[in-house]
Amino acid sequence: MSFLRNGYVTAPLLGALWFLTISSTVAVTMSFATGDAFRPSVILSLFWGVLAGLAVIHGRTVAKIFGVGVGAIGYLGFGPMLSGDVLLLAAIIGHGAAAGFGVLGLLVILDSVVKGPLSRHEFEAAVIRFLTGFGYIFFTAIVLIPFYVMVMTSLKNQSELLQNPLDFSLDLSKGFGLLRSYQELFQDFNFGTYLINSFGISVVTVLVTLAFSVLGAYAVARLRFKGRAAFSRSILLIYMVPMIVLALPIYIAFSMTGLRNSLFGIVLIYPVTTIPVALYMLQGYFRGLPAEIEEAGLMDGLSRLAVIWKITLPLALPALASVSLYVFMIAWNEFLLAFMLLDDPSKFTLTRGIASLNSSEIPRQHLMAGAVIATVPIMAMFLGLERFMTKGLTAGSVKG
Amino acid sequence: MSVSSLPPSGTTPLARREARLAWGLLAPTIISVALVVILPLLAIFWISVKPIGLADLRPTAPIVRESLRGSGEDMRIEYRLRNSSQEQAIGNVVLEDDLPAQIEFLGDLPEECAVQGSVLRCEFGTIEGGFRTRLKFPVAAQNKDEAEELVEASAPRVSGDADNILTNLTFTAENFARIFDGEEFWEVLGVTIFYTVFGTIGAIVVGLFAALLLNKSFKGQGILRGLYLFPYVAPIIAVAFSWLILFDPFSGSANALLVQMGVTDEAINFFGERPLALIMVTVFEIWRYFPLSFLFILARMQSIDTDMYEAADMDGASPFQKFWYLSLPQLLGILSVLFLLRFIWTFNKFDDIFLLTGGNAGTRTLTVNVYEQAFAISNIGAGAAVAVVIFCCLLGFSFFFFKFISQEEGL
Repeated sequence: MSFLRNGYVTAPLLGALWFLTISSTVAVTMSFATGDAFRPSVILSLFWGVLAGLAVIHGRTVAKIFGVGVGAIGYLGFGPMLSGDVLLLAAIIGHGAAAGFGVLGLLVILDSVVKGPLSRHEFEAAVIRFLTGFGYIFFTAIVLIPFYVMVMTSLKNQSELLQNPLDFSLDLSKGFGLLRSYQELFQDFNFGTYLINSFGISVVTVLVTLAFSVLGAYAVARLRFKGRAAFSRSILLIYMVPMIVLALPIYIAFSMTGLRNSLFGIVLIYPVTTIPVALYMLQGYFRGLPAEIEEAGLMDGLSRLAVIWKITLPLALPALASVSLYVFMIAWNEFLLAFMLLDDPSKFTLTRGIASLNSSEIPRQHLMAGAVIATVPIMAMFLGLERFMTKGLTAGSVKG
Repeated sequence: MSVSSLPPSGTTPLARREARLAWGLLAPTIISVALVVILPLLAIFWISVKPIGLADLRPTAPIVRESLRGSGEDMRIEYRLRNSSQEQAIGNVVLEDDLPAQIEFLGDLPEECAVQGSVLRCEFGTIEGGFRTRLKFPVAAQNKDEAEELVEASAPRVSGDADNILTNLTFTAENFARIFDGEEFWEVLGVTIFYTVFGTIGAIVVGLFAALLLNKSFKGQGILRGLYLFPYVAPIIAVAFSWLILFDPFSGSANALLVQMGVTDEAINFFGERPLALIMVTVFEIWRYFPLSFLFILARMQSIDTDMYEAADMDGASPFQKFWYLSLPQLLGILSVLFLLRFIWTFNKFDDIFLLTGGNAGTRTLTVNVYEQAFAISNIGAGAAVAVVIFCCLLGFSFFFFKFISQEEGL
């Protein structure tokens, strides 16, 4: 492996890999943005990447001149990325981006690489910088692409997409006409009701879960009783039971008692699926609170319940926020039970409503618009309260 | 007076009161969990040895329809009685109906029936499965429409004792014989193991990589961290359908992109071909759950003492050496916990595969098989039998869980 640790080997190698990464990324981005034919050329990417690596170790100025050159050559049709019959502006932006990001990225990556032999540190630092750059691009792409497709599909109509599945460009002259599928969902498919149902169910689930789990968590965290350890272990076991195993008997029981097809039935079940998680998260937090304040409260003549209400809960507000958010997310996203237990379109939750849009008679943009409607509120909440969320998720070894 | 130097032993009244309070506070949780989790789990065992189909959920009962037919001379009340089940017999079937005073019976009553006051009562005894009969009572009335209204104003009451398949004592081993029969079960098990093992390892490795990326503070770190959690936070149904549309063989962007890049000439049916479909659902699982491992690993990384790295720097350790000899051993604990937890949850996963492929094209895992047996083939008993198999596997896993996790987490 030591022959790799030489500027004349490391630089071309990383250059080639980096150019391949960049040309693929730019080609995919440009295709998704314009729908035009951009594609990376593996061989040309590797070739220009090798040269770029060598240029970079010969100094920044050389590298920049080289970059401009690659951009121009790309436009002529021999660069790392090839473009078919595309608009002039798109071509300039595309080839410019491919060459620019390629060379500028390499300048950063190969910062410590010099001509000739490299120390282990210099070599590994360069590799790590390459991996970091690659990682950011990779993760951002895999996370964003499905959501991008979701949003854009909801705004286009089916025939446009069938013609060119890559063309996500929007016809902005349509104005609010772009939102037609959303309008139809709310007008003809009852999505307003579903939104309210989902929201109501989630809020009730959060409240019931908190009411039950705060008491339980306090008992487990603070009170001494026989079987405390066994209890806090077995509450974790509930995590392990798959929903589908429970759903079957619940379906049978609900069918026989007439609770199927009622939101009340759903509200009976949802909190129980979240109580164990919430209890586990909260008891961890309660343990971290100083017991002395509570003892002072007890000495002053408060009852245990009053202590919980007046001392523990106010101190545990951040934990309550994370738990509520998390439980809200579970209830909002829950699909299986809603799917099995609700058949009546007037009582659907959002997830059940979206499932009903999955038919060949309903155009795809409606399905995706439904997906966006379900995703946006939870994302907005999540981004706004991200700190609570990450804390809460990690605090409770949370279920997935 | 001798004073004991030991603390008082045994339970003091104070301790007993505390324990009582604790159980009181836990009671709502315990009761609800017992009702919604423990009870269904026991029920699964019971159902798994019952010969029960989806149609048996509607209890067997006699069903009656009443109508006024004909006109003038020929006018008659008709009761059509049938057994809702084709197989089950119903005992003590009794039909009762109030007779309007304005309507007069003509002719004899059938032998089962008698009129007491204004109530018509017919006793059928036991009726067999698939039984149906039609009782005709010639009547006379002035006005047909009026009579029809009168007749239909009082709904006939019918009762009978039917055996409920869920509560009777008929048992069968056929459900288990059926699911273990043939190669299908082993295929399902193989798919489950592939999905679980690769899904778990993949999600942890990808999560580890993401955590390494974000384990430094820079501007925008918070935004990226939030962004990388998206797949986990978004509703499963939304992301599953987005993937389906993205990878659609006819109009999917992924295929268009691959064709344009010259990777493939023909559209690939990502979720419809063996063994590609199984790989795709595993990739989806990794994509959706890497954020979770990422979050846990990142949290653990940020709590590692930096002194150690400074010491390593002094000793001239290279970045990879630091990762391999310092970070990884520190992360081993959380990684093994994550592996165990994710292994169990991936094993339990149902929604993802159900939405992506419906268990077709060689992607049917055990959990999907529960649904398939119970609802697609309408054999609830067989579905429950698969659920029992799952439950037994989980018992094995939870044994490991307690053996290892309890030490790691210090529970």
